[in-house]
Amino acid sequence: MTRIFNLSRRAFLKTSAFVGCGLILGTHIDWTWAEEEAKSQPASLEPNAFIHIAPDETVTIMVNHSEMGQGVYTSLPMLINEELDADWKKIRVESAPVAAVYNHTAFGMQMTGGSTSVWSEYDRLRKVGAAARQMLIAAAAAEWKADEKACHARKGKVFHTSGKSLTYGQLAEKAAALPVPRDVKLKDTPAFKLIGRPTRRLDSPEKVNGAAKFGLDVFLPGMLTAVVARPPTFGAKVKSVDTEKAKSVRGVKDVVQVPSGVAVLASDFWQARTGREALKIEWDMGPNAELSTAGMKEQYAQLSKKPGKAAKKTGDLEAGFASAAKTISAEYTVPYLAHATMEPMNCTVDLRPDSCEIWAGTQFQTVDRNNAAAISGLKPEQVKINTMFLGGGFGRRANPASDFVSEAVHAAKAAKTPVKVIWTREDDTRGGYYRPMWYDSISAGLDKSGNPVAWKHTIVGQSIVAGTPFEKVLLKDGIDHTSVEGAADIPYAIPNILVDLHSPSVGVPVLWWRSVGHSHTAFVVESFIDELAHAAKKDPFEFRKGLLAKHPRHLGVLTLAAEKAGWGRPLPKGMGRGIAVHESFGSYVAQVAEVSVNKNGELRVHRVISAVDCGRTVNPQTINAQMESATVFGLSAALHGAITLKDGMVEQSNFHDYPILRLNEMPKVIVHIVKSKEKPGGIGEPGVPPIGPAVANAVFSVLGVRVRQLPMKPETILEAAKGT
Amino acid sequence: MISLEINGKQHSVDVEPDVPLLWVIREHLRLTGTKFGCGIGMCGSCTVHVDGKAERSCQIPVGQAQGKKITTIEEVGSTPAGAAVQKAWVIEDVPQCGYCQSGQIMAAAALLSRTPKPTDAEIDDNLSGNLCRCGTYQRIRNAVQTASRTMRKGGKP
Ligand code: FES
Ligand code: FES
Repeated sequence: MTRIFNLSRRAFLKTSAFVGCGLILGTHIDWTWAEEEAKSQPASLEPNAFIHIAPDETVTIMVNHSEMGQGVYTSLPMLINEELDADWKKIRVESAPVAAVYNHTAFGMQMTGGSTSVWSEYDRLRKVGAAARQMLIAAAAAEWKADEKACHARKGKVFHTSGKSLTYGQLAEKAAALPVPRDVKLKDTPAFKLIGRPTRRLDSPEKVNGAAKFGLDVFLPGMLTAVVARPPTFGAKVKSVDTEKAKSVRGVKDVVQVPSGVAVLASDFWQARTGREALKIEWDMGPNAELSTAGMKEQYAQLSKKPGKAAKKTGDLEAGFASAAKTISAEYTVPYLAHATMEPMNCTVDLRPDSCEIWAGTQFQTVDRNNAAAISGLKPEQVKINTMFLGGGFGRRANPASDFVSEAVHAAKAAKTPVKVIWTREDDTRGGYYRPMWYDSISAGLDKSGNPVAWKHTIVGQSIVAGTPFEKVLLKDGIDHTSVEGAADIPYAIPNILVDLHSPSVGVPVLWWRSVGHSHTAFVVESFIDELAHAAKKDPFEFRKGLLAKHPRHLGVLTLAAEKAGWGRPLPKGMGRGIAVHESFGSYVAQVAEVSVNKNGELRVHRVISAVDCGRTVNPQTINAQMESATVFGLSAALHGAITLKDGMVEQSNFHDYPILRLNEMPKVIVHIVKSKEKPGGIGEPGVPPIGPAVANAVFSVLGVRVRQLPMKPETILEAAKGT
Repeated sequence: MISLEINGKQHSVDVEPDVPLLWVIREHLRLTGTKFGCGIGMCGSCTVHVDGKAERSCQIPVGQAQGKKITTIEEVGSTPAGAAVQKAWVIEDVPQCGYCQSGQIMAAAALLSRTPKPTDAEIDDNLSGNLCRCGTYQRIRNAVQTASRTMRKGGKP
């Protein structure tokens, strides 16, 4: 049952009617904010924790998912308002505080990730809106002493058949005192007025005039700004620190040690940064001082020759290979990647003896709150988190260790003052929590007619969830699900399959990075399928089609993308097409990339034609935007991105050596959305996985060169050309 | 004391002359619409107008900004190009996370005030210094064209 908590904050505090009525009230809700609100605001309707209607008709929706660009401050209010029927122009959004009522409906904690926001709220928020509408109608009917059946709601008003009407703002207080309807009736899909309609973002106006507040924009009275000198290698520890010079820098107020390093606190950022430069720290470089990605690659290659833990096993692999007319083998590698959110990590903390208030752009409210409570010695309900706009998330701001939040709490605790910790871009790039580096050894057998009969895929790379609280859920029988997603569940009709996994532990912190395991598996699987198609002397599109008969949604997007791209039609000399299809997060995406590449390995992506099936659509405008966004994100990785280590140190530091795609490299992106009645899937991530292989496959179609290593820099392509 | 003219107002701030203008704008004047992205002139998040030209405020020592007219995202809407760009940005649904958009808008407004009818190549040339990790580039290109049309029609989109 969807739990709905109704009552205005004030009504809630005044009445005891809710007791025992079975509505939601988690034990950890911090109601101090409710009390504050109650004191300062007139009574108004809050038919649940999500909607607040003010006498001036403003409808404030508390959104429990973080806005990091993916459009939830628009799509989630759309779900509510489809049923609430308020005037869309009166909708405002606030970020929800941390409370059980705002937990993710599938994950039981407050968080944003896994491309889940829309589908996980699809039922709950519509019910929330419908309940509110029913209560407003009931309030109007009572006012008119009329039958509810003679009343209906539209655009922020309740109308009686006689023609009279009352506004939501007029009805709010009365409606708030009414009981929550136990059963709410939802609209039938064909009656939708908002869901499925392209709708502009609600947050654009404040994002075009500088008004939108991100974590970095928070200022508290008496606050100091801190920058932290962090270890040069992962796991290094401070041996000794000479703070004298740093302390003499103008504006530097304090230097404190925190578990992650040495924090310099000053009146402003520049002073703190200057102070940090004046620190003299001797580090014990720790266990990872020798680490190099070149060395790791060799170790991973060795490991890949040994059998790993089976993540998928069907048929008889040996018999499959024995029956093959031809066997093809290849090795693929992809590097560590940084999220490189445009807004570097930061967090502001006001720690008092009995409270801890945090301002941050975070995807992980519950986890951050609990970590902050543990560090400060407070109870979770004494920790308040203000979720700011996120200047990008991509998984980086969903950290089981809450690294950037924990550090700020430590700094505030040590310095006994409100603190904003700012990471420079260099700190951010070198701060770890990367998409893991992967090494894949893969082989397949083709029978006489070119059909794949055996498929063996060995994956080597770090587990993201090992050692975190998520281990319990995501690590089963030694297999980290996120390591093999997109590989252990390939859709192609191949009778004999083995996918196995090695999860070496390496001292580099790793984390989910937009599309997680799929960001790597799709590259390997979709490139290698292309290799098989060519080995079988078949057209790569037709080859895939032939193997996807049992997967209509894969087939649907694949065919649509190919058709819209004019697959098979000639292109100018030096240009070629590549295709890839991949399912992730409940959605299906196929992409055709049109690429030109010359003998020097310089390549340009001209056009990307995408087809997406993400089930029933909520905001097609968001779907387009996220497909464009994911394409760019995937291209940055495919063409430019690599974090490498030497002597334990990260070699990159800023956008000059960790480049991301620029406007002049931007291809034309055309998105086709499949009409579907299936339940909604995710949209933030599914566009990322297929673009890399689509481009690599296009490069092959032009040069006959197979790129098995990312990023596809000119030198990588030239190197690959030697091997082909 | 450094005196600055920002958004038509005189300010005096007590900072060293070598502090980047960006941090003075953000932390001392609390005009937080101008963003910090890289600090090395590689991302454009910190773009402001200095005497009408788009400049990276992270690369300008505040001492060198004295005597110049500085405009930030908070005030760019009072110029015809700035207003047209902001409007176009909303119509074309450009922002995602929004963090880079102040810089994008400042760069676009500076381009349009100089070149009211830019070619696609001119747009690419002028805005490629502004990174967007959310990948809003296609919409940026469209929105600059929309803003250009708006300006030529006297402000109406
Ligand atoms: S912060 Fe100035 S260019 Fe990046
Ligand atoms: S909108 Fe997020 S970085 Fe550009």
